[in-house]
Parts: sequence; C-alpha cells; structure tokens
Amino acid sequence: MLDIPFTIGGRSFHSRLMVGTGKYRDNETMARAIDASGAEIVTVAVRRVDLDRTKEEGVLYHLDAKRYFLLANTAGCYTAEDAIRYARLAREAGFNEFIKLEVIGDQETLLPDVQGLLVAARTLVAEGFKVLAYTNEDLVTALRLEDAGCAAVMPLASPIGSGLGLLNPFGVRTIKRRLKVPVVVDAGVGTASDACLTMEQGVDGILMNTALAEARDPVAMARAMRLAVEAGRTAYLAGRMPKREVAMPSSPLEGMLD
Amino acid sequence: MNDTVDVTVNGEPRAVARGATLLELLESLALDPRAVVVEHNRTIVRRPTLGAVTVAPGDAIELVHFVGGG
Repeated sequence: MLDIPFTIGGRSFHSRLMVGTGKYRDNETMARAIDASGAEIVTVAVRRVDLDRTKEEGVLYHLDAKRYFLLANTAGCYTAEDAIRYARLAREAGFNEFIKLEVIGDQETLLPDVQGLLVAARTLVAEGFKVLAYTNEDLVTALRLEDAGCAAVMPLASPIGSGLGLLNPFGVRTIKRRLKVPVVVDAGVGTASDACLTMEQGVDGILMNTALAEARDPVAMARAMRLAVEAGRTAYLAGRMPKREVAMPSSPLEGMLD
Repeated sequence: MNDTVDVTVNGEPRAVARGATLLELLESLALDPRAVVVEHNRTIVRRPTLGAVTVAPGDAIELVHFVGGG
C-alpha cells in the first residue's frame, strides 16, 4: 500500500518517527537507539556551554549531520520572549530554520501556555522560522496555530515524560481531521502499543524521547517503536473493520451437520 | 592599572583581558567558534563578526550550544 510522503515545511521524510536526544545513560546508547528507530528528524535543546568541562563531547559529535535532520527545541521556556530568544540562538547555530516551539505554562505538568505559544509562533513565523508547535489536544488552539502559519502542530498524547500513552484519542483525531498542516503527536508515548494506537488515529507522525531513553533496553525499544509506528500507520491506511456490540460468526452458517 | 575587565559569562562573573574581542574570549576558554553561538548583551553576534566586537566592562555574554533534548 502506497503511503503519501510525509512533508513538513517543504521537506519530505521517509520515517514518521522522530526522536529526542535527552536523558540517555550515555551518548553511545543514544546513537544506537536513534539508528534502530529509523528516525530522520532528531531533536536537540539549546543550553549554556559548560565552561568547566569544555573537553566533553557535545551531542552533535554522535549524530551524523548528513543523515539526521536536527530539530532544535525551546524546551524549558516559560514565556514567549524566552522561546523566541532560544529559537534565534538555535537558528544561529546554523542547521536550519525549523524550530520545535515549546512555551510551558506549568511546572508540574509541563502543559503548554497556549497564549504565549501563539504569540511566539506568530513572531517566529514572521521571522521566517518553520514552527512545529508543541500544544495540548485542544482543537481551537491547534486551529489558531495553523492560522498563525505553523508548519506543523504537535498535540501531546499525555504530559512530557509521563509515558501515560494517548489519553485523548478523540481530541487528537479531531485535530488531525480539521487541520491541513501535518499533525505530529509529541510527548507521552510510553511503549509500542501507545505508538501504534496513536498512529491509528491518522496523525502524520510521532515524536518521542523518554520512552526510548528510559527503556531498560533503549535500542530494542527503538526498534519496537519503529515497527509500531509503521504498523499503526499501515493499519490506519488499511481502514479498520467496524466495531459491533454483537458477535458475527467468521465461519459459514451453512453446511453444518444435522 | 587594571588589565582586565569584569563581565558575566553564562551567568558567572569572569575577568577578561581589557580590549579582548569575543573571538579572543572564546579562544581563552578553548571553545571552537563553530561549535557555539554567542549572545552579547542580548544580541546574537554572528561568527564572522566575533573578532570585531570588543568586550566592555559589565557586558553579559552567553555561550550556548546544542545538548540532548526532546
């Protein structure tokens, strides 16, 4: 079955799985897990250089810039102003004009501040950024982000790092149905079945980090996630059977013995 | 005669040579200019001009790069 190309901001990708680079026990495990995931889009964060340990290898040392498309984020930003500042710094680092925009509104849940998100999205779009906006599963916010010119909208499955899976399939499905820009579920996927169920909603892709980094075997989990994303996407395209409240025999009723 | 000026680098007070450029500051910290982005008093300084901007007393300088994140 032929799938449509997965295109964000004018760039096409084969893999619908995007992965983060945070929280791995070591860089070598990270690199092997990302390899096993088949992901092409890999997220990174912008932080101060550690001036006391400048000999330490940075995360980029372990990622082939020719193979992976680096997507910087504004993780940790609580205001539109901060997120804009981080996005500009990320672009200056020289990889591309794409930014995964996060404006966090609450420390405990890391849920987005949708007002700050919209302000930052409009400013960054006007500056030529391709904005992938991390948001909640609220349709109206997603529509506003699309109107603001975002290249993709990224509703959460559940809170960042929670691993609670897809809590609101209806909300995510509705966003996908109503938006024209790609919808990529970001955050909350915990295991392969979560990824499969998420892709079965028809969304364009999934971004995950903790589910791989905190798995007992991140490399094996990365492979499971790759298969789950493919399985969920293929099942969505195949079109599932209708649900019924009664049984329907699978074997013929005719030809039974007297 | 004081041959250094007091600035803030990544939130920490630091004395740098008077008249030093941002490029010289990076060299003194053993940082590759291609691997960091420099923000000088809230303004990003592009790589080609790092050698043309002189550090002044009280300046706030941020040196950032990419780290693991989701």
